[in-house]
Amino acid sequence: MVSLTIDGNVVQAEERTPLIKIAEKLGIRIPTLCYHPALEPYGTCRLCTVEVVKKGRARLVTACNYPAEEGIVVHTKSERVIKARKLIIELLLSRCSKAKVIQELAEEYGVKEPRFGEGDEDCILCGLCVRVCSEIVGANAISFTSRGIDREVSTPFHIASEECIGCGACAYLCPTDAIKLEDIKGTRKIERWDTSRPLQRCSICGNYFAPVAQLEYIKNRLNLPEEIFQNCPNCRRKSYAEQVAALGHI
Amino acid sequence: MSKIKSTEDFEKLQESVNKTRDPERLCITVCSGTGCHAYGCEKVTQAFVEEIRNRDLQDKVDIRTTGCHGFCERGPIVVIHPQEVFYQRVKVEDVADVVSETILKKNIVDRLLYVDPNTGKQIICEKDVPFYKKQRRIIFGNNALIDPTSIDDYIALGGYAALSKVLWEMKPLEVIDVIKKSGLRGRGGGGFPTGRKWEFCRNAEGDRRYVICNADEGDPGAYMDRSLLEGNPHSVLEGMIIGAYAIGSHQGFIYVRNEYPLAVKNVTIAIQQAREYGLLDRDIIGSGFDFEIKITRGGGAFVCGESTALMASLEGKLGEPRAKYVHTVEKGLWDNPTNLNNVETWANVPVIINKGWQWYSDIGTEHSKGTKIFSLVGKINNTGLIEVPMGISLREIIFDIGGGIPEGKKFKAVQTGGPSGGCIPESLLDLLVDFEKLTETGSMMGSGGMIVMDEDTCMVDVAKYFLNFLKEESCGKCVPCREGIRAMLEILTRITEGEGEEGDVELLQELSEVVAETSLCALGGTAPNPVLTTIKYFRDEYEAHIKEKRCPAGVCPALIQYSIDTERCTGCGACVKVCPQEAISGQRKQPHSLDQAKCIKCGACLEVCKFEAVIKR
Ligand SMILES: Cc1cc2nc3c(=O)[nH]c(=O)nc-3n(C[C@H](O)[C@H](O)[C@H](O)COP(=O)(O)O)c2cc1C
Ligand code: SF4
Repeated sequence: MVSLTIDGNVVQAEERTPLIKIAEKLGIRIPTLCYHPALEPYGTCRLCTVEVVKKGRARLVTACNYPAEEGIVVHTKSERVIKARKLIIELLLSRCSKAKVIQELAEEYGVKEPRFGEGDEDCILCGLCVRVCSEIVGANAISFTSRGIDREVSTPFHIASEECIGCGACAYLCPTDAIKLEDIKGTRKIERWDTSRPLQRCSICGNYFAPVAQLEYIKNRLNLPEEIFQNCPNCRRKSYAEQVAALGHI
Repeated sequence: MSKIKSTEDFEKLQESVNKTRDPERLCITVCSGTGCHAYGCEKVTQAFVEEIRNRDLQDKVDIRTTGCHGFCERGPIVVIHPQEVFYQRVKVEDVADVVSETILKKNIVDRLLYVDPNTGKQIICEKDVPFYKKQRRIIFGNNALIDPTSIDDYIALGGYAALSKVLWEMKPLEVIDVIKKSGLRGRGGGGFPTGRKWEFCRNAEGDRRYVICNADEGDPGAYMDRSLLEGNPHSVLEGMIIGAYAIGSHQGFIYVRNEYPLAVKNVTIAIQQAREYGLLDRDIIGSGFDFEIKITRGGGAFVCGESTALMASLEGKLGEPRAKYVHTVEKGLWDNPTNLNNVETWANVPVIINKGWQWYSDIGTEHSKGTKIFSLVGKINNTGLIEVPMGISLREIIFDIGGGIPEGKKFKAVQTGGPSGGCIPESLLDLLVDFEKLTETGSMMGSGGMIVMDEDTCMVDVAKYFLNFLKEESCGKCVPCREGIRAMLEILTRITEGEGEEGDVELLQELSEVVAETSLCALGGTAPNPVLTTIKYFRDEYEAHIKEKRCPAGVCPALIQYSIDTERCTGCGACVKVCPQEAISGQRKQPHSLDQAKCIKCGACLEVCKFEAVIKR
């Protein structure tokens, strides 16, 4: 355990815990767009920038991945932090002027019209989609391509990816709603990745409940009963309930 | 050759190599470095081989193709030993004369000598050429003496003696101590004390340690690492093996840029030779120490030279940086303790062991020891690679070694530290070059690029040029670097196009501060340097662009105008012929006029006019 100070609060924490987690416990909110507790910190949006004073030296670091150390003093809202954060928000706004999360942040921090143009990109390149697809799903269907200002997320060679199982985890995590997911007539479409996957019908109620590819993917990795892949969760729950009820009669 | 199993074996090898070397024997060395290649040194070498064979002189004369001599401006370079006669710009047609005159009759071929432009005197020996006089070539000097594909050439000059000494006479901690005392600091950019880095890595928790040589060299115009690897690969290998022993590593990597095929080839040969001699892999020199080196080719992205990006790339992942709050000496390659050093840093190591830390630390300034290799390019008479002691002044580098600015133009600034370095003005020419002093100016040592600029350079345009490079080379991972550089570049572009607004300079400064402070890696951390230093030293130029819509150097097309001085124009019509826009008209022998609406400001008329009748404003 180490002892450190965050915004005047002296706290104990496991060594190397990311500062953001410690702050969260204290109820101190640090804004972030690319952090998710289930994923490895990535440090791209830089919104969680805080000031750390260590051995008398102050510097700006990112709270999502800066590890707790003995004796450090952390300021999450110092003048220097706010100044940097505001400019980062302004830069984001100038890239994605129409994104709601960014507009809200701008509002909160009093950032007016960006002084560096008003782009209408929808993707802020936080990488949540890429990371969830690789770290949690394991499909690695999408990745970053190109460098610098041309950087983007896409499937390999911009063509429909074989690896995409249509699970939609990327769309679920996207903070700007840049990844649209639609289930139409037995097909799941994720336009951004050019994905089109047939959905499985529940053998009991007949409703579509998940992409066949996703079910296959899970089947190949986990040793689960066949029934899971035929019936939708609703019907499965119902059938469990009936089974349990039946047990009760014995 | 059987493997060397002890120091005695090694000494025997040294003796046998030295026996075959007669210092009095005639030897023609032809520089085969990158620069000389461009000038066709291969054909010159071939011509020497044929000439010597035709005259049946094989028994009396050796021919050796060597690494880069540094004076690339004057290639192909040929030096005749033992007299050390220095011939420059040697062509195939000159070869017969060199052999018949210098080799056979000991006469000098005057037309191939270097002429000092200041004194008009011809110079015979390489060391007397002003370009070399103020250099101190302790790392780079052997390049000119050895054939990089011959391990015996390296051993004849004392090569691998340091390794033998380290493995048999020194404990790892003693080696670290010597490197610490020498004051050696990393030559790849950051200037971190090498001995301390080794010590951190040695002490870090983990059972497997790696050492890596950074040969990514992505700075445009820089080629010192390339020339070392191509010209003296064994010196880098020897440094790495010594470092690995000190750190306790058994696996090394050389991460080399894919665009350096000759470096890859020569290092591959060197590794093979070292293995055959028992200087690499298992039980090195019979000491029981094992160490192997693999070569990995990098894709050539500038950012892949950054330590964490390089390691990601080595692991087969996307080459982009990650946070370094936990240092790579603790968790680097595959999360193991990893020590990364630059090519030149590694090459310093055997020299320090051989000559001792005291000798080494006598060279340089208080906190910057030894020498540094710079690539001197731009508006300078003697372009090339130079190795100078730390603490030499910029003035000596540019005017004594570099021979000053061509065409009698005025010096304006020197850009040091690579694309994210800064521009240093004339008022600071007496600055003594070391890590601290360069940083104080707002620039940095970087990996050793030096671009000289003359009075015809627009400093706003220079800042724009470097930011444009960085915009392309930023990995794009983090917001301040990716979006901030874009924003700064937009503002700079606006200024150079005459659209600058009051407050733009302050806006650039504001952006610079946040980009530098909040970017994930040092690329973004240093990217504002070209902007900040040009504002600091050449603010008047920014003001002229913004307020007066004027480019004082006459570079920014939107801010200059060509016109014809009717008093001087003779109506010769030369300009009419070269203007691609048909913007100039007039009757023959009558003063002409220039249509501003058609003019694209290419300046062709100005160049062709013999009567100074074209005015640029
Ligand atoms: C964008 C960027 C590019 C870099 N490129 C190189 C390079 O090409 N070669 C190099 O040796 N170091 C390069 N570095 C510095 C390395 O990150 C690292 O500090 C260095 O290799 C450590 O070796 P040293 O201590 O011997 O200097 C670069 C750093 C950054 C931020
Ligand atoms: S500072 Fe630039 S190069 Fe470094 S991680 Fe951020 S975007 Fe990539």
